[in-house]
Amino acid sequence: MIETENLTRRFGELVAVDTVTFRVNQGEIFGFLGPNGAGKTTTVRMLCCLISKTSGQARIADYEIGNKSDSMKIRKMIGLVPDNVGLYDSLTAYENLDYYGKLYKVPETKRKENVERFLKLLGLWDKKDVLAGTFSKGMKQKLAIARALIHDPEILFMDEPTANLDPESAKTVREFILSLKKEKKTIFLNTHNLDEAQRVCDRIGILNTKLMALGTPRELEYSVGERKTVIQMDEVNDAILKAVARISPGKVTRDDSKIIFELANPDKENPAIVRAVVEAGGNVQSVTITASSLEDAYLKLVREQKE
Amino acid sequence: MNLGTSLTIAAKELKVLLRKKSIISYIIFFPLLLSVLFSLVVKNSIAPSSGISSNYSLGLDSLTYFFVVLAAILPGSIAAYSIVGEKVEKSLEPLLATPTSDYEILLGKGIAAFVPPIFAVWGAASIFMAASDYLTYGLLSFNYFPNWTAGVMLFLLAPFAAIFSIELSVIASSKVSDVRGANQIGGLMFIPFMGVFLAGVEGLFAFNASNLLIFSGIVLIVDVALFFLSTATFRREEILTKWK
Repeated sequence: MIETENLTRRFGELVAVDTVTFRVNQGEIFGFLGPNGAGKTTTVRMLCCLISKTSGQARIADYEIGNKSDSMKIRKMIGLVPDNVGLYDSLTAYENLDYYGKLYKVPETKRKENVERFLKLLGLWDKKDVLAGTFSKGMKQKLAIARALIHDPEILFMDEPTANLDPESAKTVREFILSLKKEKKTIFLNTHNLDEAQRVCDRIGILNTKLMALGTPRELEYSVGERKTVIQMDEVNDAILKAVARISPGKVTRDDSKIIFELANPDKENPAIVRAVVEAGGNVQSVTITASSLEDAYLKLVREQKE
Repeated sequence: MNLGTSLTIAAKELKVLLRKKSIISYIIFFPLLLSVLFSLVVKNSIAPSSGISSNYSLGLDSLTYFFVVLAAILPGSIAAYSIVGEKVEKSLEPLLATPTSDYEILLGKGIAAFVPPIFAVWGAASIFMAASDYLTYGLLSFNYFPNWTAGVMLFLLAPFAAIFSIELSVIASSKVSDVRGANQIGGLMFIPFMGVFLAGVEGLFAFNASNLLIFSGIVLIVDVALFFLSTATFRREEILTKWK
C-alpha cells in the first residue's frame, strides 16, 4: 500500500530523512517511532505530497510520490491528521467537516451521512453546532480525526494524534484507531509514545533520520538484550534437567525450583520445552517470558546512533 | 482548475468573515462614513447655497474617484487576513493535503476578499452620487450622476484596484505572521491609487472617461502579472516548512 525506497529529504545541509526504506501493507497499523526532529513529520509530509522528496522512491498504491499527475490521486485516497489540528475556530464542528467533505467532492447525501457518523462515533454529535474554537484539545483532536476520514480514505496518516491529550481522551483516540483497523484502513501513525505504539501498531519503524529498526513490537523487544523463559515448578530434579538439556538450544540454569532458559525465539521454542518438562514429570506452576521492553529497544537504538 | 472548489473555499471564507464583527463593521461602516462625509463636502464646498463651485466637475469626480482608492484599501486587509488567519490557526496543512490546487485556493480566497468590499464600495458610492445629485440639481439643472466617468471608475477601475490589492496582499502576507501585520500591509495597497487622486486634485491628471480607461487597462495588465507572481509566491513547501 505504501512503499518507500531510499527516501531522502534534505533542507539545505540538513538531512531530515536519510535513505529510508519500508513497506506498509494494506489494513496494517504502522507506527513511526522516533524522538523530536527524527524526520517523522517530514516523511508523512512527503507521503502526503505536501513537500517534495530530495531523492529515492515512494509509492502509494499504484501512484508515484513526486509525479505531479499522481499527487492529486494520492491526496484523494489519503486522510491526514497533522500534529497541529488546524481547525477553523470560527466554524462549528459540523461546518468544519462539511467544508472538507465538499473539498473532497463527497456527494451531499454521503457527506451528511459521514459527518453524522463520525461525529457520533467520536462522541461529538451533541456539539455539532458548537464553534470548534471553544473545544478542548481532546475534542479538537477527535474532530481533526473525523475531518481526515470524511471522504472514507483508504489510508490515514496521523501525526502524534494523542500528544498533549489527557489519558482519557488519548484512550478514546487509541480505541478509535483500533476500530479503524476493523474497517481495513491502512494507518500510518507517527508517535513518540512507546506505550501507544506497542498497544496500537502491528509493526513499528524506529526512525532517527535513518530507519534504525523495523518489525513487530515483539520482534523489536527481542532484537535487544536477553530473552529468558522462566519455568516455575514445585520441584526441579535431575530427570527434568536432563530432558530439557537435550532439546533446549540455549543456556539452561537452575535456580531453586525454577529453570531459566536463554532462548533466541521463546515463542517458537517454549512449547517443546514445556512439553519435555511435563513428560519428565515436572509439575509446572507458571511459564514467564522476560524480555527487554520496547523502551529498552528504542533507547538502545537511538543511543547507539548518537554514539 | 475547478471553479466549484474555488467557490466552496470562497463560501467558507465568507462565512468566517461574516462572523468577525470587526471586519464586517470595517467593510460596511468605513464606506458608509465616507459617503456621508463626501456628501457633506458637496453640500458645504461644492454646492453651497451661495452658488455652485466653478470647478464642481473636478470636485465631484475627485470625490467619486476616492471610492476607487477605497476599493484598493478594503480587500487587501481581508485577503491578507485570510492567508495569515490560516497561518495563525495552522489550518493550511490539512487544506493543502486535500485535492485542491494552488490556483483554486487563491481564487477562492480572492473571490471572498473581492465580493463584500466591492459591493460595499458600490453601495456607498451610490449613496454619495444620489446625495450629490439631490444637492446639485437645483444649481445645475441636471443630474451630474450617473455619467461615463463614474461608470469607468466604479465598474472597471474599482474592481481592478481591488484585484491589485488582493494580489499584492497575497504576496506580502507570506512575510508576516500576525493579523495586525496583515492589516498594515492591506492598508498600504491604496498608495498608487492615492497618488493618482492627488495628481488629479493638483491638475496633473484629468478624471475623464478616456484617461480612466487607459489607467484601468494599465491596472488590468499589472493585475494579470501579479496573479502569476502571487501564485508563484504561494509555495506549499515554504508554507509548511518555513511559516511559523
